[in-house]
Amino acid sequence: MSVVERQEWDVVVVGAGGAGLRAAIEARERGARTAVICKSLFGKAHTVMAEGGIAAAMANANEHDNWQVHFRDTMRGGKFLNQWRMAELHAREAPDRVWELETWGALFDRTKDGRISQRNFGGHEYPRLAHVGDRTGLELIRTLQQKIVSLQQEDKKETGDYESRLKIYQECTVTRILKDGSRVSGVFAYERETGRFFVLEAPAVVIATGGIGKSFKVTSNSWEYTGDGHALALLAGAPLLNMEFVQFHPTGMVWPPSVKGILVTESVRGDGGVLRNSEGKRFMFDYIPDVFKEKYAQSEEEGDRWYEDPDNNRRPPELLPRDEVARAINAEVKAGRGSPHGGVFLDVSTRMPAEVIRRRLPSMYHQFKELADVDITAEAMEVGPTCHYVMGGIAVESDTAAARGVPGLYAAGEVAGGMHGSNRLGGNSLSDLLVFGRRAGWHAAEYAAARAFERPEVSDMQVDTAAAEALRPFSAEGPGGGEDDGRPPENPYTLHQELQQAMNDLVGIIRREAEMEQALEKLADLRVRARRAGVEGHRQFNPGWHLALDLRNMLLVSECVARAALERTESRGGHTREDHPTMDRTWRNINLLCQLADPTGGLAAMDPERGQITLKRETTDPVRQDLLALFDKEELVKYLAEEELYQ
Amino acid sequence: MSSYEARFKVWRGDVQGGGLEDFEVEVNDGEVVLDIIHRLQATQAPDLAVRWNCKAGKCGSCSAEINGRPRLMCMTRMSVFTREETITVTPLRAFPVVRDLVTDVNFNYTKAREVPSFVPPEGVGPGEYRMMQEDVDRSQEFRKCIECFLCQDTCHVVRDHEENKPAFAGPRFLMRVAELDMHPLDAAAETGLDRKATAQDEHGLGYCNITKCCTEVCPEGIKITDNALIPLKERAVDRKYDPLVWLGNKIMRRTSSG
Repeated sequence: MSVVERQEWDVVVVGAGGAGLRAAIEARERGARTAVICKSLFGKAHTVMAEGGIAAAMANANEHDNWQVHFRDTMRGGKFLNQWRMAELHAREAPDRVWELETWGALFDRTKDGRISQRNFGGHEYPRLAHVGDRTGLELIRTLQQKIVSLQQEDKKETGDYESRLKIYQECTVTRILKDGSRVSGVFAYERETGRFFVLEAPAVVIATGGIGKSFKVTSNSWEYTGDGHALALLAGAPLLNMEFVQFHPTGMVWPPSVKGILVTESVRGDGGVLRNSEGKRFMFDYIPDVFKEKYAQSEEEGDRWYEDPDNNRRPPELLPRDEVARAINAEVKAGRGSPHGGVFLDVSTRMPAEVIRRRLPSMYHQFKELADVDITAEAMEVGPTCHYVMGGIAVESDTAAARGVPGLYAAGEVAGGMHGSNRLGGNSLSDLLVFGRRAGWHAAEYAAARAFERPEVSDMQVDTAAAEALRPFSAEGPGGGEDDGRPPENPYTLHQELQQAMNDLVGIIRREAEMEQALEKLADLRVRARRAGVEGHRQFNPGWHLALDLRNMLLVSECVARAALERTESRGGHTREDHPTMDRTWRNINLLCQLADPTGGLAAMDPERGQITLKRETTDPVRQDLLALFDKEELVKYLAEEELYQ
Repeated sequence: MSSYEARFKVWRGDVQGGGLEDFEVEVNDGEVVLDIIHRLQATQAPDLAVRWNCKAGKCGSCSAEINGRPRLMCMTRMSVFTREETITVTPLRAFPVVRDLVTDVNFNYTKAREVPSFVPPEGVGPGEYRMMQEDVDRSQEFRKCIECFLCQDTCHVVRDHEENKPAFAGPRFLMRVAELDMHPLDAAAETGLDRKATAQDEHGLGYCNITKCCTEVCPEGIKITDNALIPLKERAVDRKYDPLVWLGNKIMRRTSSG
């Protein structure tokens, strides 16, 4: 069966969003022959949907800003669960990563003196987000895409071939990381267009596949977000970290049903938009938690003054971190004070002149006009929480982005865990992609160079096994393996819808023990049925087949989320337990690691009723003293356990 | 408002050929054409091939021709059609079909590589870039492009003229040349690269006879012809007489006075 085409590269990057492209640029610039492999067309990755901006303490809009303040905000936003060294590197390096984009041709909005303009966002003490209207993600992806083209043009000049040192395999999906003993040896993939299998052999693989939102019914994420990288890492033997933390963005569209979940950027609030319930009340003032009491305005008047005079007033509570705002909206709707379609009102129309709205929020204006017949310059939007981002992810070394336990495997961006702790601040994602994308590319290239003369081998057997696994959906009907006899194949679309409904209802924004147990049962049932997910037609661009393969990943990752959420008996950031409603300081330094129950990675051989994931608790390293010293003692008391404080 | 059954004709086939297939499918309040295509996949045609990503008009993946007009399926609401109408969805005509609604858009990636990249200014380090908003406005308009390639699809220079493809970059990539040419800090000229000249000499600007079809289909509302192509032509005119510029100016003057 081993007629699968093989190619040799130094570094393979899986995913072509912000993190993947930044990693590829770095690896190639450090001399590694680099391949990028992505599910969509080049330039279409989910990063294009990022709206608000890139957080970086450049201090263009407020001279008091610096990396220490950014670090502090990030740790507060993540409720001190962040892998603190990542948060430190991120805050220190983000400005350089933004400025570098300008040298590659990016055109950010400007300040009056010609520097990069920075806007306010939830949880950030100063205006910090470099932006281009509300289409910052598009600017980021296009700039990186064009930088890659420019490197290819250099290579063409030198070697006569655009793709001699940097190649994009677009519309291809990786289904397995291949290994030689404990180390990475390459990836197994199929080309979506033809269904053809191929292998890229490489000593270093960077996973940059983004998130998991497509396991939830109401989500701002695109079809690509099926947790592929999370699952690939798990299957390769790498642990996932803190998967219970899923961010529900407070403002997604709620109507019409077909657009439910589509993102409404936080910039709407950053630029002055306010949240009101059906009684017209700005309810966020009732939801300022104790840990943030001193930092937020106590009256509408003070909040409104802050936009003009931030030094002498405190920010309005609409700009609390996302987890707080999402919970508040949820509570208002539950209390019967929601909008007609089950959300709350987000209003800019009474806060800014129409032409300012159209200039500052052009995509939002367009989106509501086109999709909901709502003119946001004249009336309020209806919004509600939508699954947006996963803070959990592949456990990595902070400095190198190396995945723990699997030499040669790296991870960056949303797929990597740790950086954002229990909750990510808006704007910290794009900067995360750049900072850790670069670090992953850098260390992957170094690792590969050191192994240039002892490249790992890809065994035929692994390739055959991967091919058989990928072809399984075509033989789901008829007498396949004994237990399937006589039963019709399952429709992968139906299975996906059931999974999304279960995760949304049972492991959603507010969680309860009994429901999560129910979710685990449902997942076990779906897992059995997914083994019989069958497809019609042939391998050429067949979305039914692609979905059947993606289901494996969504089911694995969903189980991680449900198990970790059941285990963590407290509420923190993106994990809210109705039965354990408060933050518990003793959980502050506990990480939950998910690993494959069967370390050989053989899914098919497993008893389908049993879970596939085992959990491990781990105590985190204490925060470095000079970083702790950036906070007041009174604040630290709210987060840290007694013994941590007196070390 | 309630749900109803709509009649759809969807092109199915591959490089060997194919044809329109009839479907009757449920439509609900507020839905867009892409929702209907997804419903067909989930209930009637699981292997129906279609590209899509964001479903919010931001990524430019789900381009197709709806009743013959190039559009994004995710931004075309069903309410723009009457309930009696049969809605025909076909793949982009200017590009070779891969399968069903998916076409081979490599032409565009090839053209993208042929435009020389941004040249950073000598002696200006990262963090030292200073540009005024009014100077970046023009290029920013072009950077709103989501690369849906609807303009490339509709442009009559290549739509039914495969033979023009090698010499013609298409509106999207001529606009990219204009964007770089108008970038306040692009230093191409200092390296001896005249972007205006390349538009004419290497990217086929002369083929464009400013019929504005590209502008009409742009889902981002970018004024491709007026703001990118005509200014490029006007700059090229210093070097070369172009009768179309003359004509374009006449037309422009007439519309603005009328």
